[in-house]
Amino acid sequence: MSVSVQAPPEGPGLRPEPPRPPRRRRRKRVGDRLLFLYTWVVIVWLALPIAAVVLFSFNNPRGRFNYTWVGFTLKWWGPKLFEYPSLTKAMANSIVIGVIATLLATILGTFIGLALGKYRFRGQGATNLVQFAAISAPEIVLGSSLLTFFITLRLPLGYITIIIAHVAFCVSFVAITVRSRALTLDPYIEEAARDLGAGPWDTFRLVTLPMIWPGVLAGALLAFALSIDDFITTNFVAGLQVQTYPLWIWGATKEGLPPQVDVMGTIIFAAGVLIAITNAVRSRRRPA
Amino acid sequence: MRRLRSTLVPYLLILPGGLWLVVFFAAPLIFLISMSTQTGDVVSGFTQNFNWHNYVTGFSDYHSQFIRSLLYGGLATVLCIVLSYPTAYWIAFRGGARKSTYLFLILLPFFVSFVLRTISWQYILGDNGLILEPLKSLGIVSQNFRVLATGTAVVGGLTYNYLPFMVLPIYVALERIDFRVVEAAYDLYANRVQAFTKVILPLSLPGVFAGVLLNFVPAASDYVNAAVLGGPNNTMIGNIIQDEYLSLQNYPIGAALSFTLMAILLIGIFVYARALGTEQVLEAGAA
Amino acid sequence: MTENNFPDDDPVLMRGMTQRRRSGIGRAMAPGYSRREAFGLGGLAAMGLGLAACGVAGAGKASSTGQVQSAAKKFWAGKKKHGHVNFANWPLYIDTSHETLKKFTATTGITVSYAEVIQDDPSWFAKIDPIIRSGQSIGYDVMVVTDGFEFSELVALDELIPLDQTMLANFHKYASKKFQNRSFDPGNTYSIPWASGSTGIAWNPKYITTPVTSINDLWNPAYKGHVGMMSDIQEIGNFGMIKLGIDPQSSKPADWQKAATALTQQRNAGIVRQYYDQSYINALTKGDTWITMAWSGDIFQQNLSSGSNLQFVVPKEGGNIWTDNMMIPKYAQNPVDAMTLIDWFYKPEIAAMLTESINYITAVPSARPLIVTAASKAKGTDKQTLTEVADSTLVWPTAAVYNRLFNYVDVSGKLKDQYSSIFQPVVAG
Repeated sequence: MSVSVQAPPEGPGLRPEPPRPPRRRRRKRVGDRLLFLYTWVVIVWLALPIAAVVLFSFNNPRGRFNYTWVGFTLKWWGPKLFEYPSLTKAMANSIVIGVIATLLATILGTFIGLALGKYRFRGQGATNLVQFAAISAPEIVLGSSLLTFFITLRLPLGYITIIIAHVAFCVSFVAITVRSRALTLDPYIEEAARDLGAGPWDTFRLVTLPMIWPGVLAGALLAFALSIDDFITTNFVAGLQVQTYPLWIWGATKEGLPPQVDVMGTIIFAAGVLIAITNAVRSRRRPA
Repeated sequence: MRRLRSTLVPYLLILPGGLWLVVFFAAPLIFLISMSTQTGDVVSGFTQNFNWHNYVTGFSDYHSQFIRSLLYGGLATVLCIVLSYPTAYWIAFRGGARKSTYLFLILLPFFVSFVLRTISWQYILGDNGLILEPLKSLGIVSQNFRVLATGTAVVGGLTYNYLPFMVLPIYVALERIDFRVVEAAYDLYANRVQAFTKVILPLSLPGVFAGVLLNFVPAASDYVNAAVLGGPNNTMIGNIIQDEYLSLQNYPIGAALSFTLMAILLIGIFVYARALGTEQVLEAGAA
Repeated sequence: MTENNFPDDDPVLMRGMTQRRRSGIGRAMAPGYSRREAFGLGGLAAMGLGLAACGVAGAGKASSTGQVQSAAKKFWAGKKKHGHVNFANWPLYIDTSHETLKKFTATTGITVSYAEVIQDDPSWFAKIDPIIRSGQSIGYDVMVVTDGFEFSELVALDELIPLDQTMLANFHKYASKKFQNRSFDPGNTYSIPWASGSTGIAWNPKYITTPVTSINDLWNPAYKGHVGMMSDIQEIGNFGMIKLGIDPQSSKPADWQKAATALTQQRNAGIVRQYYDQSYINALTKGDTWITMAWSGDIFQQNLSSGSNLQFVVPKEGGNIWTDNMMIPKYAQNPVDAMTLIDWFYKPEIAAMLTESINYITAVPSARPLIVTAASKAKGTDKQTLTEVADSTLVWPTAAVYNRLFNYVDVSGKLKDQYSSIFQPVVAG
């Protein structure tokens, strides 16, 4: 359905937007610049320890301990990187588990967040309570009770149990993030969609979801970060065969973390930065 | 029919996730509460005798750690707000098409293992390390000054580790704000400060609230930062709970302490929500 | 002049007791828990096996030696070899090329599945305890666990299979008497040593110029704020008692109280900077601490890795010795093959191969001349390394040193709870 729009008449006297007072524009620039700087200071501060990790991936200790700077070498970046096949496998496990757990937690959490934000219903208080309780419970309690649960049910410990545990603690984080977004949803837009003949699923897909999308995405990112770095709960429910990246690292720290770990960390970080840059470049090409 | 369907919708929405949490969280939690009133030990067994004394003992022995945890958690949360709000503001309003890129950059360090990050901080913050060495040689701080093994380091660590949990919710709330509302404020002769305090800030409060929630609660229950970066006098209640469970195998006391911590945090959250009047602000903003 | 001041030009002296995997880089370095901590996990999980509302029955009870021996005889009667064995061990704790295992398979025909899945005692115990309690096999026939709370608890909870003493010919023939009747496992009922190491004091000569010889140096107010202590309560408990001249192996709760008082005094005076796990090595190297409790192998490794000049000593009053032991978990599926493997490592040439590679204290004295021979036949850096291994008093402690090394306090159940509740506040505050 197309609507023809007449372009506004062009000419020296007719402009589509009223001009802003120049004084306000100048102040905005200074404030903006400060904010920009501030943001980048925070980003750099967050990445500071990573700089140390990158540095030590080039360190050349003679023994197994990598705590003091000795000298520069590239040798860990070559074939020596795969000296520890169990490390590579652990990393792969973490990523797979992270992706699956994030997907599940995001879907379940989005629904809960939507329900809590959009609707008023009985049991809302109780649901809120459960969400808050889920994030305030110490991980050690979560982990140990889940282990007991799985053992009693004779569930074999491994990938499945890890994913179950990760979803359990990620769901609430997603729910709360989506909820804060869903609270500001304008119900009239959805009503308008329904008035135009859209069914409930279409309304959700084409109207609601795009509106809460930033919340969903933020929740998913949180969930992934939580899952990929989780140690305590995973240690409880991983069983005797499956290793994840944090578990492996912890096991290796007793021997002294080999530089390969720093190399892997650097690669992960660099891959992330690359993705970020690609995304940035791509979005610049897109019309703003 | 339509009315019935719309009444059912919220329940259907929370069903899958809710079920998951009931089975894999609420049930174990009830077990936890039950454990907190038992007595005994691992080898000879535990018996349920509704021993509420566990709560009394737990609280009286460790009240200073409780207070310290709330203090550290609170400080870390405030610092996080200070650091996150401007950042989230800039990304939401000035980030343009690269918003998700910036968010991703903020989360990126957390994909590199916690262990690596913490080792690095220990390295960076050492008494004669990258930061303190030049400061000491310039005489800006005394030779005995140290950051590690102090409460400052612990709060710093908490702030660092939970920052994304504040940035993301605030960003989410800010991004939702329709800038035309702000422009309307300008048109009504509000200056920038007024536009911020009277329009943007209240609209972003749900995000701040969510951030405080996702931040204060885990930070107050944290124990890793205290153990790595803190000294013997900086232990938090999380460390005590760890020890009770694992070293002392005193599960009833550990469970009692856990539940007390959760209760304190939950009460705090509800008081905060009430004080903020979050719900009313939102309803007004959404209209 | 104590014989335990290791001079700088004797680097491999330290190598003798290379770092043994304790609880990770700081009970908090890793978002995990110390060896002590995870220890409780298994029990915790076991708690849930009962109904939530009711109490839970304790599992297992200690039996008398007679009972154990008759139970053992009954168990081993009629058991057969299966031709395969599953071996769980710590990372980097066997000769790099696995030659010892290959020779085993070639000689006995038994295949070996070797897995480096043990990261520390507490979490290992926490993982296997609930499985064994529910009557299932953990999937491994031989595992290596340290003497300490976990081992004591495994015995008390009846989760180990008593060894078949008739299949330990090599052990009885070649093992040193010191390792044949240890206080925590008389008669080697359940465990056979894999490797041993020691805990002493390390210091940084950049900050401390007078050599350290006494355990009291850890309490020296001149080092206030720069002393590192371990967070493992078995380690500091022993050190507290050693300082007061009490023998930890025959100590009672009253002694523990006295030791805890000494440790608390050290802490309240602000002398201790922090209670560390393995991350003490980091702090010592950077100069955050000047003197610290340490495992000798760590000091050697750090000196080797970074060219530092850290010093190590077993104090004249005494230090700790720990042993990692092979044992068979209950419900293991291949017990006979497991016994064969355990005894295999007591052939002197196999013990020598192991020691050459991992440089720990072995229980087989006759491995030493074999290493000397190997050293004489080797060339270059290999020759240097082997010679040092053969000569090091760390790998082959003298009788005088042994007499100064104490095992951990061997307790389980209520006594262990008492020990923990006395020492835990020192570390936790």
